[in-house]
Amino acid sequence: MSATAAIWSGPAGREGADRFERRAATREAPWVKWTLLGVSLSFFAVFLLLPLVAVFAEALRKGWATYWLALVEPDALSAVKLTLLAAVIAVPLNLSFGVAAAWAIAKFEFRGKQLLTTFIDLPFSVSPVVAGLIYVLVFGAQGWLGPWLSDHDVKIIFAVPGIVLATVFVTFPFVARELIPLMQAQGKEEEEAAVVLGANGWQTFWHVTLPNIKWGLLYGVILCNARAMGEFGAVSVVSGHIRGLTNTMPLHVEILYNEYQFAAAFAVASLLALLALVTLAVKTWVEHQASRANHELPPESPHPVSTS
Amino acid sequence: MSIQVRNIHKAFGSFIALDDVSLDFPTGELVALLGPSGCGKTTLLRVIAGLESADRGSVLLEGEDASATHVRERQVGFVFQHYALFRHMTVFDNVAFGLRMKPRAQRPSEAQIRGKVHDLLKLVQLDWLADRFPSQLSGGQRQRIALARALAVEPRVLLLDEPFGALDAKVRKELRRWLRNLHDELHITSIFVTHDQEEALEVADRVVLMDHGKVEQIGTPEEVYRHPATPFVYGFLGAVNFFHGRVEGEALRVGDDRLPHSGGGIDHGTEVVAFARPHELEIVTDPTEVDGVAARISRILAFGVTARVELEGANGAAGQHFEVELTRDRVAKLGLMEGQGVRLVPSRLRVFERGALGRRAEVA
Repeated sequence: MSATAAIWSGPAGREGADRFERRAATREAPWVKWTLLGVSLSFFAVFLLLPLVAVFAEALRKGWATYWLALVEPDALSAVKLTLLAAVIAVPLNLSFGVAAAWAIAKFEFRGKQLLTTFIDLPFSVSPVVAGLIYVLVFGAQGWLGPWLSDHDVKIIFAVPGIVLATVFVTFPFVARELIPLMQAQGKEEEEAAVVLGANGWQTFWHVTLPNIKWGLLYGVILCNARAMGEFGAVSVVSGHIRGLTNTMPLHVEILYNEYQFAAAFAVASLLALLALVTLAVKTWVEHQASRANHELPPESPHPVSTS
Repeated sequence: MSIQVRNIHKAFGSFIALDDVSLDFPTGELVALLGPSGCGKTTLLRVIAGLESADRGSVLLEGEDASATHVRERQVGFVFQHYALFRHMTVFDNVAFGLRMKPRAQRPSEAQIRGKVHDLLKLVQLDWLADRFPSQLSGGQRQRIALARALAVEPRVLLLDEPFGALDAKVRKELRRWLRNLHDELHITSIFVTHDQEEALEVADRVVLMDHGKVEQIGTPEEVYRHPATPFVYGFLGAVNFFHGRVEGEALRVGDDRLPHSGGGIDHGTEVVAFARPHELEIVTDPTEVDGVAARISRILAFGVTARVELEGANGAAGQHFEVELTRDRVAKLGLMEGQGVRLVPSRLRVFERGALGRRAEVA
């Protein structure tokens, strides 16, 4: 994913661009620069900024009172709760899985490593609707495990567990994808040094590995969380749209919209938009911290190189 | 503590890094593992540390088989080529790491740790850097901190992987002397890996020369330099001139030329390679001289204490490059000039049978 590249390019990248532009030999004609800037800025305004403004404008069209009522309505509140619950379960699960997978892939050699790396990407490459259908096929009333589950009175599809499962599935790769390149670049030398100095596995992880990956990890968690709260497709398939029970925020927005309650729909949507803005702000801050940490690395050996 | 390595074999895929290596490292010595890159020296060091496991063979620490001992229980100090300092910790915390990671029962108190770390930082003469981060140190300082960190856990053996490899020439020279002094002070059994022959000869008590996963020669710096056991060692330690030829009675036939050589154990007609160091070659300007290899002076470099004369082989050794070292007085006395035709007569010649089969050597 390109996110890692963005994280680690920080100030050095900017300096490079600066020099590139100042030198007559590498400078492009002004019209190239301004055309590129114009195209990207107008694209940004029309496709990104305008919708964002529209969300908040529509939400507040009928005044703050309506806005507030739409948010504290019981169905809306239960949707918010369910969304938070799904995120609270999915993010820690994928956090621990992501760290474990990245650790295994970056620091060990084993058979099937390539296969594991490919499989981690599966949720990215498969359509969320298909992801949801997979769970319906396995756990649904007519699914493989359906009869057994209903015998034991366990409800997964059209219930909260299904929503959590679908959320876990679609947010699976974020943390691992973020950490693998980072850990591979950092190599194993510091861990080896820790082990030689007598540290056990847990001490090595806690005192050496974790501090080195913390910014990348936080970045992955932020993205994972944003997706967990915003997921629509997979959750929609397994949810059953039972108001007050199995509706997450994105699903709630859809229902309100289909019922022509535009102000209420946009009010809930504005919460999601707000979440996105907060995510972006935190992400920028993390990037800043990471690039600062990166900047402090020794200039002659930014990454310890492992030798044979 | 003594270290013994017994019949270690290690391959990475089809690449054989260590081929049946057996070595003894006596207690308290500073030994250099010397060889070109890819010769297996770093692998051997890592096998001794336990960071790499050998396919066959065993490592004995103080006579005990350590093959099943985990790295963290081997009590070795390891200094990595790129230092591997913990970049998010201060110098103090780096050095204290090994002590703080000890099981609670063996762990010294925080006050004891503080005292010990400061002692170590004084030992490496960097106690004023305790609060810095590794990124704020120079390469030489990082190297010394890495050493202090390794010494903190009172290792029984100190292993250093290319300790000066990433430093510039001047710092490298200083640190070499410093490491030697430190070793004389601590007397801890130490092994360091290097590809720099000057470094190995200057610092070590004993040098192990390795090539292609095999040990070529073991000896004191003096021994290996003065009496190289194999053509590889000869070529690797210092500049060398070589002559391809055939033994003919009391002489060596190099093309049309003839080098005097007092027979020895090599049979008549054997194809050989003969080696001579630059200072072991004599330049003869007398055109009536018949012994020696004909050559033409291509360059005279006379800026140091000694002068270096570079020559291109003529006749038998055509296309070959020679280097002779002699005093500047001698250059002046002989009246050497660039482009001049001369003969090269070795004062000392070391002859090896051609091919890997016979590595018997004779000194003429």
